Amino acid sequence: MKILVCISHVPDTTSKINFTDNNTKFDSNGVQFIIGPYDDYALARAIEIKEASGATVTVINVGLAETEPTIRKALAIGADDAIRVNAEPTDSFFVAAQIAEQAKSGYDLILMGRESIDYNSGVVHGMVGEMLGMPSISPVMKLEIEGNTAKLAREIEGGKEFLEVNLPFVAGCQEPIAEWKIPNMRGIMSARTKPLTVVEPIAFDSGVKLQKFELPPPKGSVKMISPDNVGELVTLLKNEAKVL
Amino acid sequence: MNILVFIESAEGKVKKTSIEAVVYAHAMGGNVTAIALGEVDQAELEALGKYGAKKVLHAADSKLNQGIIQAYASVLVNAMNDEQADILVLANSSLGTPVGARVAAKIGASLASNVVEIPDTSSGFIVKRSIYTGKAFALVELKNAKKVLGLKKNAAEIKEVGAAISVTPYSTSLVDADFATKITSSEQATGEVLLPEANIVVSGGRGMKGPEHWGILEELAKTLHAATGCSKPVSDMNWRPHHEHVGQTGVKVAPQLYIAVGISGAIQHLAGVNSSKCIVVINKDPDAPFFKAADYGIVGDAFEIIPKLTEAIKAAK
Ligand SMILES: Cc1cc2nc3c(=O)[nH]c(=O)nc-3n(C[C@H](O)[C@H](O)[C@H](O)COP(=O)(O)OP(=O)(O)OC[C@H]3O[C@@H](n4cnc5c(N)ncnc54)[C@H](O)[C@@H]3O)c2cc1C
Ligand SMILES: Nc1ncnc2c1ncn2[C@@H]1O[C@H](COP(=O)(O)O)[C@@H](O)[C@H]1O
Repeated sequence: MKILVCISHVPDTTSKINFTDNNTKFDSNGVQFIIGPYDDYALARAIEIKEASGATVTVINVGLAETEPTIRKALAIGADDAIRVNAEPTDSFFVAAQIAEQAKSGYDLILMGRESIDYNSGVVHGMVGEMLGMPSISPVMKLEIEGNTAKLAREIEGGKEFLEVNLPFVAGCQEPIAEWKIPNMRGIMSARTKPLTVVEPIAFDSGVKLQKFELPPPKGSVKMISPDNVGELVTLLKNEAKVL
Repeated sequence: MNILVFIESAEGKVKKTSIEAVVYAHAMGGNVTAIALGEVDQAELEALGKYGAKKVLHAADSKLNQGIIQAYASVLVNAMNDEQADILVLANSSLGTPVGARVAAKIGASLASNVVEIPDTSSGFIVKRSIYTGKAFALVELKNAKKVLGLKKNAAEIKEVGAAISVTPYSTSLVDADFATKITSSEQATGEVLLPEANIVVSGGRGMKGPEHWGILEELAKTLHAATGCSKPVSDMNWRPHHEHVGQTGVKVAPQLYIAVGISGAIQHLAGVNSSKCIVVINKDPDAPFFKAADYGIVGDAFEIIPKLTEAIKAAK
């Protein structure tokens, strides 16, 4: 079985977000980059499937050379090889087109995160599925494969639903599909020599153009209320905040 | 400008976020057609006229009673063609978001999700969307003639602008491939306020000490007609179901009021609540980081304060 895992290279979840160049560029100064947390779940599940029943796991990232340490981390976690599409991931539709192009060569399973934590679109899986004529399912919290069929659980508002689908398909993953994996020393050593192929992007215009970024207005200061006067909180919520 | 709005429902009722989508499309100045799929209460659909829909289509085929992503995308694409709609508006949700993705790829539309405001069309078509999990916004221009807009909760304020209208049946020609995924069963809380839709959320963290103590939070939530949420460790430890987990890797909420009890306020939790209008934090540690993100705070023991708060709210009603 061949599994493709799509990983985004995103700022660590604790990062402060700032912009430069007149609010048109992300300020990566002092920011640590990680594999997207949802993508990390997808990768962990792929490795589990590989360990349980044998599979090759390829990771793909659409990004410039700066993403290679993140890709190497995925190799250290246990992926066999990697593809980097050498382009700035400006928009989800653009990214999806690049992934679909590379995935044409034939994978039984394409796993990604339910959403990236930078652009939060939550759409690349659906787009890739559509482009390849495959079913797409997201957000997936459980994935079991038996022969040519998969059983999945998908989170819905207020609960979950259980699905069955034949391979190949695309899934956008989230917890608790698997536990995040931390690379060990051997993994880190072997990652250095695993193949990482760099390919050039195909021409694709998603018709989405960034104009500028904005930060939300700063939060006002907190009003503290005495624990002995809980009634005052109710009054404030009613008359001042007007939310009751 | 013809706009199609995808209407989602739960237990036969149109979701509030879908009503927001109709209001939003109307505010864009378009000619609004709403479409609902599967079993939905007719009166609920007729009422969409009040929020600005000029036409309401209902694809009542029982095969659409389940939200199959591929089948829904096919129906929406056909309806866009039939209605000559260039723009699809929907609420971001576990169904709407992936369906919108497939529609956009099928028709080559420029897509933006988590849109927070009515587009600026004074020159081009510029939408404002929430990015970095609520920590920032991006203004993006959508250049293709066809567009798909996924809305974040509160992108438009619900108000009535017209009268109820009659519902037009919409017939579909679905193919087997649309049903390649089969939903075998589902588990869903019924009669509860759904977390992503709730106006008020009462959320508990590890400070609640164990699942057996959730009764006081549920009581408070019931009094406020609120949904209950929790922090990630709480759902990881199975104290609460996973769909209640709020934050960076869970549900992103945008209620009028978010009450956080025994939650420290890690940045990943805050990422899921930073779109709330008003935040109340109850924590026994005066240095809990959550207070910095709060509008109102009480330092104290949740087990003493929560019952008092519930009583005070009941008394104020
Ligand atoms: C990649 C990543 C993604 C993550 N995503 C999420 C996410 O989506 N959502 C999320 O919540 N977390 C997330 N986390 C985890 C996050 O970092 C925190 O660990 C978590 O939010 C802490 O949960 P907590 O506040 O319930 O527990 P704690 O941090 O243990 O805080 C418990 C709080 O309860 C208070 N307390 C204790 N007893 C009482 C009492 N009797 N009365 C009142 N207060 C009391 C304590 O003072 C303390 O502040 C993520 C972490 C990572 C690394
Ligand atoms: N630049 C990228 N390279 C590879 N995969 C990506 C990239 N961006 C997003 N993805 C994948 O697509 C998923 C959904 O992303 P999005 O639709 O942008 O929220 C992510 O969780 C990743 O698995």
